Amino acid sequence: MTTSSIHVVPLRVYLLVFASLLVLTATTVAVAFVDLGTLNNVVAMAIAAVKAMLVVLFFMHVRYSTRLTGLVIGSGLFALAIMIGLTLIDYATRGWLGVSGK
Amino acid sequence: MSADLAHHFDSYEQQAKSASLGVWVFLVTEIMFFGGLFTAYILYRSKYPEAFIAGSHQLDIALGTFNTAVLICSSLTMAMAVRSAQLGKRTAIVGFLMATILLGSTFLGIKATEYHHKWVEHLIPGESFHLDEAHLPTHHGKPVLSDLPTGIVGESRADAPLSTAPRSDLQAHTQLYFFLYFGMTGLHALHMIIGVGLLVWLLSPSSKGKFDADNHNYVEGVGLYWHFVDIVWIFLFPLLYLVGRHG
Repeated sequence: MTTSSIHVVPLRVYLLVFASLLVLTATTVAVAFVDLGTLNNVVAMAIAAVKAMLVVLFFMHVRYSTRLTGLVIGSGLFALAIMIGLTLIDYATRGWLGVSGK
Repeated sequence: MSADLAHHFDSYEQQAKSASLGVWVFLVTEIMFFGGLFTAYILYRSKYPEAFIAGSHQLDIALGTFNTAVLICSSLTMAMAVRSAQLGKRTAIVGFLMATILLGSTFLGIKATEYHHKWVEHLIPGESFHLDEAHLPTHHGKPVLSDLPTGIVGESRADAPLSTAPRSDLQAHTQLYFFLYFGMTGLHALHMIIGVGLLVWLLSPSSKGKFDADNHNYVEGVGLYWHFVDIVWIFLFPLLYLVGRHG
């Protein structure tokens, strides 16, 4: 009985994603030993984000899932951005104003 | 599990989509859970960059890279286990689950070895924490690190020595790095242990042929969790192991 319309991802896609993840891991380690100044952090995080994206889209099937799933993930990341963003705004600006009595 | 469509669902498809959505809602809470630690990391790294470079150089980059590869392999075998469940191939599901358990355990074993090294090297935060400042990284022959000016938080609490022995700011701040290192990797390892437990739990129903195209929701759900834990490591690895490695 096959009533469900599940999407079986082709084996080729999984192997391609797997190979990309390994190559990106090697790349991020290699780039870490090259002095790019502040760009080192940017590159490392960009590579990590691409790797995470590959895992989410293919291994976690989000590319084939409903838009509701995407919305849930998006709102989660939005909440994370609020937490990190507002915390950093607080800490980064603490020296800006004098506090009376301090 | 197979052929049992819960009465409140119209179809297997609806049931499967609901199950995966439910796991995703849980994973969003996990994002926030780890997010707190990542926030602390960003904050303290921007405050004490030198200490994070010093701390990062104490880690074994070869073991870290190898472990990253092990985890990526385990994600592939997990994805293959889910695929086998969708196709109803029970022997293949069990095989891929076993491979994932093996790779996950390998990761944990290597992590334990790294923790032991840190214990021997006095890098566990606490009374006997000691950073060997004689072997810190240099850039063009001169040390990258110097004693740090006291920060805003510094004077009050963060610098209060944990032992009675006086210690430099770099010692205290590197200890902070190791608090984060053990907190983040420890929480990640705990998730891995739970993940391995869930995989073991799936073995029996898988071998009995309970999963097929209609109902493979348990395998899919555990798979989503396993991949999420992999993603956390994908970010932890560069943040902890690859800080200021050049020069």
